[in-house]
Amino acid sequence: MLGGANERETGAQRGALRMSVAAVFFYLFAFVLVGSAFMVISSRNPVQSVLFLILAFVNAAGLFLLIGAEFLGLILVVVYVGAVAVLFLFVVMMLDVDFVELRQGFLQYLPVGVLVGLIFLAELVLVVGAWATGPGISAAVSASAAQGQVAEVGNVQAIARVLYTDYIYFFQAAGFVLLVAMIGAIVLTLRHKVNVKRQNISAQVARTPEAAMKVVKVRPGQGL
Amino acid sequence: MSWQDTLLQVLIIIGQSLALLVALLIFIAYILLADRKVWAAVQMRRGPNVVGPFGLFQSFADLLKFVLKEPTIPAGSNKVLFLLAPLVTCVLALAAWAVVPIADGWVIADINVGVLYIFAISSLGVYGIIMGGWASNSKYPFLAALRSAAQMVSYEVSIGFVIITVLMCAGSLNLSGIVEAQNGRFGLLNWYFLPLLPMFVIFFISALAETNRPPFDLVEAESELVAGFMTEYGSTPYLLFMLGEYVAIMTMCAMGTILFLGGWLSPLPFAPFTWVPGVVWFVLKLCFMFFLFAMAKAIVPRYRYDQLMRLGWKVFLPISLIAVVVVASVLHFTGTAPQ
Repeated sequence: MLGGANERETGAQRGALRMSVAAVFFYLFAFVLVGSAFMVISSRNPVQSVLFLILAFVNAAGLFLLIGAEFLGLILVVVYVGAVAVLFLFVVMMLDVDFVELRQGFLQYLPVGVLVGLIFLAELVLVVGAWATGPGISAAVSASAAQGQVAEVGNVQAIARVLYTDYIYFFQAAGFVLLVAMIGAIVLTLRHKVNVKRQNISAQVARTPEAAMKVVKVRPGQGL
Repeated sequence: MSWQDTLLQVLIIIGQSLALLVALLIFIAYILLADRKVWAAVQMRRGPNVVGPFGLFQSFADLLKFVLKEPTIPAGSNKVLFLLAPLVTCVLALAAWAVVPIADGWVIADINVGVLYIFAISSLGVYGIIMGGWASNSKYPFLAALRSAAQMVSYEVSIGFVIITVLMCAGSLNLSGIVEAQNGRFGLLNWYFLPLLPMFVIFFISALAETNRPPFDLVEAESELVAGFMTEYGSTPYLLFMLGEYVAIMTMCAMGTILFLGGWLSPLPFAPFTWVPGVVWFVLKLCFMFFLFAMAKAIVPRYRYDQLMRLGWKVFLPISLIAVVVVASVLHFTGTAPQ
């Protein structure tokens, strides 16, 4: 009896300790996230802004990991940090930005920025206010919890089960939107230049010595 | 009492990490030597043979030389980023090894999304190169940084699809789970390199491009860009760049070993071979993968940049996309998909 009580007590202590460690990391990630997000807009060098943006992404991924959404966190790193931010950095590094001119117009844009920020805030409040868990999800969660499957079903399987069954049409629609955007980008940049010599790889590979060379016997003193 | 348990656990994890890092770094010292020896042997030279017997201590002599040199920072550079770049490269490359299982249960963090973690970390590796190239404030490093950004983003796409085909066969994102899924009665014939042979070839070539190894080392093509993004670097920062590069190469070899060559599994699943500890098989497979990398460096001429882009986007991407569909259909219609 006594041992059991002790065990429960240490278990509770351990849980509390884990909670406090999680809280420490939450505040660490959150403060760095907010700080680096602030530096994104206040930094004078655009390249530094993008680097702070990357730091913000990574900290947001850390927050995802803390709530147990490891798949979302790592996908955030792969997609946003690994691909999107690289392209941002690519473009910003190539631009020849005049820093003095950039700084002069900064306050001019402040009202517009504040307006956009306020609209975003209002929309976020509306979204959070109208938050509702989708039909079937809470039932599925409680059913799997009743069977003790919560630990076994990982993030990836859980998302896949919902995404490819109940929400398959939304998923396909998102795919079509991206496809149209991709085709648009290709159409905008595709140019057929007339006087450009292009490589035809298959023609090069198909070339044989017989087609390319002619062996001629040259007699001395007579030439060709 | 519980905080002492936690402290003990933290100390154990730190100790395991240190042990893995030290073993990895010593292994890489000899991998570096092996790289130079293979290269030399192909060109009928002897390679490093002065420091120690057969040149065995050459890498340690190089280490001492780099560390004892004076680091120089170019006057017009962005000093913080200039010194941060090699650190980022090296630390990220080493961080990937946290999830690599080197034997059954020998892994520091056995996380469920191990493949994604390695993929994410290796996609971050490009930042060290971009930051170094930009912070140097010099033409050649800058061009190299742009090249590397485009190259690594391009080949990540095809590596991603190759990984997806393996994941569909294994039914798990856990690296240990993927190795276990290749365990079967036929030993080496059960491994994924056989049914997914085209994917293995694409993975190998993309891994060469992803780690800036020859024939895709356009980032540091000495005939065009001096030494690429490392032009302005010397002493310890340069050492960190090179170390990060080799650790990333070993990570790619480990990925190839785990995804296609059955990780720590014995190639012949009967008695005398199954007595050998798994870590030995793992290291042997790692060495085999690296030998392929070293031979590619020694015998293949460098690609031109437009050819590199063409190969990535017009050849590998369509093939790997089709392969995803084909593998998924085969698994679905033969009913062999893992549950």
